[in-house]
Amino acid sequence: MHPYLPHTQADIDHMLQKIGVESIEDLFTDIDAKALLKSPMRLPKAESEGRVIRKLTKLGESNIDTANWLSFVGGGIYEHLIPTIVPHLISRSEFYTAYTPYQPEISQGTLQAIFEYQTMICELTGLQVANASHYDGSTALAEAAFMACGATRRDTILIPDTLSPESKNVLRTYLKYKDLNLVEVPSKDGVVDSDILKDYIHDDVAAYLVATPNYYGNLEDLTGVSEQLHANKSLLVIMSNPMSLSLFKSPGEWGADIAVGDGQVFGNPMNFGGPTLGYMACTEKLMRKMPGRIVGETLDLDGKRGYVLTLQAREQHIRREKATSNITSNEALNVLAATIYLSTMGLAGIYEVARRSHINACYLRDHLKGIKGIKIMHNQQIFNEFVIQVKDSEEVMKSLELFQIIPGIIIDHEQNLLLITTTEVHEKEDLDTLVVAMKEVLA
Amino acid sequence: MQKNIYEISKEGRRGYYFDTYDLEDYSKSFDIPDKFRREEAPRLPEVSENYVVRHFTKLSNRNYGVDTGMYPLGSCTMKYNPKINEVVAAMPNFSHTHPSWREKHVQGNMKIINELQGMLSELTGMPGISLQPAAGSHGELTGLMIMKQYLIDQGDVHKKNIIIPDSAHGTNPASVAMAGFIAKEVKSNAEGTIDMDALSQLIDENTAGLMLTNPNTLGLFEKDILEITKRIHDVGGLVYCDGANMNANMGITRPLEMGFDIVHLNLHKTLSTPHGGGGPGSGPVGVVSSLKDYLPGPIVKASDEDFYTFEMPAKSIGHVKNYFGNFGVYLRAYVYFLTMGGEGLKLASQLAVLNANYMKACLKEAYKVPYKALCKHEFVLAGLKEPGDVSTLDVAKRLIDYKVHPPTIYFPLIVEQCLMIEPTESESLETLDDYINILLKIAKEAKEQPELLHNAPTTASVRRLDEVSVARNPVLSYRFNGEEQ
Repeated sequence: MHPYLPHTQADIDHMLQKIGVESIEDLFTDIDAKALLKSPMRLPKAESEGRVIRKLTKLGESNIDTANWLSFVGGGIYEHLIPTIVPHLISRSEFYTAYTPYQPEISQGTLQAIFEYQTMICELTGLQVANASHYDGSTALAEAAFMACGATRRDTILIPDTLSPESKNVLRTYLKYKDLNLVEVPSKDGVVDSDILKDYIHDDVAAYLVATPNYYGNLEDLTGVSEQLHANKSLLVIMSNPMSLSLFKSPGEWGADIAVGDGQVFGNPMNFGGPTLGYMACTEKLMRKMPGRIVGETLDLDGKRGYVLTLQAREQHIRREKATSNITSNEALNVLAATIYLSTMGLAGIYEVARRSHINACYLRDHLKGIKGIKIMHNQQIFNEFVIQVKDSEEVMKSLELFQIIPGIIIDHEQNLLLITTTEVHEKEDLDTLVVAMKEVLA
Repeated sequence: MQKNIYEISKEGRRGYYFDTYDLEDYSKSFDIPDKFRREEAPRLPEVSENYVVRHFTKLSNRNYGVDTGMYPLGSCTMKYNPKINEVVAAMPNFSHTHPSWREKHVQGNMKIINELQGMLSELTGMPGISLQPAAGSHGELTGLMIMKQYLIDQGDVHKKNIIIPDSAHGTNPASVAMAGFIAKEVKSNAEGTIDMDALSQLIDENTAGLMLTNPNTLGLFEKDILEITKRIHDVGGLVYCDGANMNANMGITRPLEMGFDIVHLNLHKTLSTPHGGGGPGSGPVGVVSSLKDYLPGPIVKASDEDFYTFEMPAKSIGHVKNYFGNFGVYLRAYVYFLTMGGEGLKLASQLAVLNANYMKACLKEAYKVPYKALCKHEFVLAGLKEPGDVSTLDVAKRLIDYKVHPPTIYFPLIVEQCLMIEPTESESLETLDDYINILLKIAKEAKEQPELLHNAPTTASVRRLDEVSVARNPVLSYRFNGEEQ
């Protein structure tokens, strides 16, 4: 028998007898013969652990050796240092082999961790209510769009063209099939000018969904924007890289009604883009319109503090087609990682991570500026990434590969734009290596 | 009382150490302009490393997982989560890869995605697979979007109705609404399967399709499945398979053979990836040939030279998630395929069905069995035969006192006092017998000492919690110094 299957032949015989059938096949006589598989599935034969590990190690070697390459790639997924206790603690199997906490009395661990996470997200975003997470930043943004359309009973969503292509793509798909409109506001020098935005705020606009820092790494100046929107009974949704929120104005301080973003930066590895976690927070006023699981604090029969899933009247298992969303599974284990990360780092820790990421980017931008053949595209406040223009971006990528450097993402092949990102994982030496290599390949 | 992380925080403590920053001098020339600077600092806990470890270890002790014991949540397939899956997913050459690196730098990842697409294709019979959706309900939404785009392209924009059985998962109607369709409920018959007369009355030219779980949420195989799928096809509709219950079917029957057009799988159910206390999941979608071009992308194609590329299908509905979906979950499912093999998967489904039928046979003396037919991987009970003033909730809470996880309760909605039990193939005869004996003992207690059930649980970290007042006056984040929200 297979190691994951505890049955002996004697067990099987005993069970069949109790059921009153002769063979296991007899348990499937209710299936129409025409629907039965005629031949076995064409799948590989079972392999031992040793062989599987060897095979996967080899497959891993078909990727670049991550330890020996220098990457300045971001644009939505970021490499940060992860305290060793994060992977260690989320590997406790009472956490990772549990289901959604439907039975609160034996799920207090998961529930309390989510409650602590909700508190931290409220603090970081400056808003009053947070949910237990979405699949990622972009799906959180799409759900925020639905939430805004539902709350305002309007059908148009405004976005700046500075939103990341991943987020635009997901939004486009979600809105299209719900027959909602998506309108893009053009940018100038890598940010949206609020004078231009003004012309787009009509009475069908449910919300303006803006990312800051935006896809180009620039901070959007949102002075007066929430006032403009609220005067029109529209909502403001702000998407952020949450690591930036210890330095820069919070969504709450900008007057946002809903805040979303991707929490991967908090203790989660890049994982080729997933799983991560999408966070969402909103004002108290919108609380009952929010999708997703929410954990609340309450008391047990003895007056002892405990936690439960709450406000479930919004959810699919109660409301079915009238629910605020269909979301069920979220990204609880990634949330746990984020909670442990934030507990370990504290404000001083994430401030230091954000500060070093920011200063590194400023240093890099400063030193690339002087190189012949590089143009810094925008003159804006940045967080940890920025855009440069070169003569031939493809050529630059290829040449730097010889140094085992990936300098960034080509975000526009025609204009030869490169998005360069740094975080605290880069030491000064790494930044200087990129500068020197760039000089060499552009010479 | 279990303290929360803020209550063990003290100003000045730290859990992480930084090396000296080489750009300290350089940084002095930088300042954030006032208009961008954060005004009010977020309050985060300050805890030393060892106390963070203790805090979360204590929390883990207040949890229950598959590794703790039997976890027979119906429709959730809480099977064993193999440890080799975790080891592989943590390998740095996978976990440290960035999704925006170039294809040639991540050929290992892409080969895995490509092969997993092929394996899931074989498991479902569906020639087209996209791994992008992040969960079962996300897969449903994706499948419905594919349906909608297909119908639009056929000129069938008037087709808006999706038929759903009254026994369906709540996500089905919620997904229908999110995709801009209208849900129409069809009732089940006395045998627990779709009432064919009621179905006929609902089907008309406005029928866009039907969503069905098979075996259904009562654990029963829809005996008329071929006729059901045919009737929907006859009016130009499509049939969606909610694959949450695929653990009954592996190697025995497939959505394609049943006549479905679209299916999602829950890798965190059928394919052994852990549920993580509520996620991450993964909900790949499979489709028949005529719908392949509509899949969300990118998906991975293999070239002749064993080089893998990302491609968007020709008429793709677009992206439903960032990048390529939950790659970390794919790795685990891929390893599960390798360690189980095709024959192992079939055996797993057979034993899952054996375990469920065995439990059902043993429990019928004390619990109401609303549907007598053979069950598949799960079954439902309609509460106690002699309940007195004891409810299914009481039974569930009493199970906790016996240190096992209760089944799904009060679902499906069409069964009164429902207990929905899915033991999975991972449980041994002895474990099943223990669980059965506990349930029989509880049935006896219900008659003789009902207060034991009413008061349960008494041995968990908390007793029953007041869910009503919190929904009315929600406390959803820590109240610093007792402040109001």
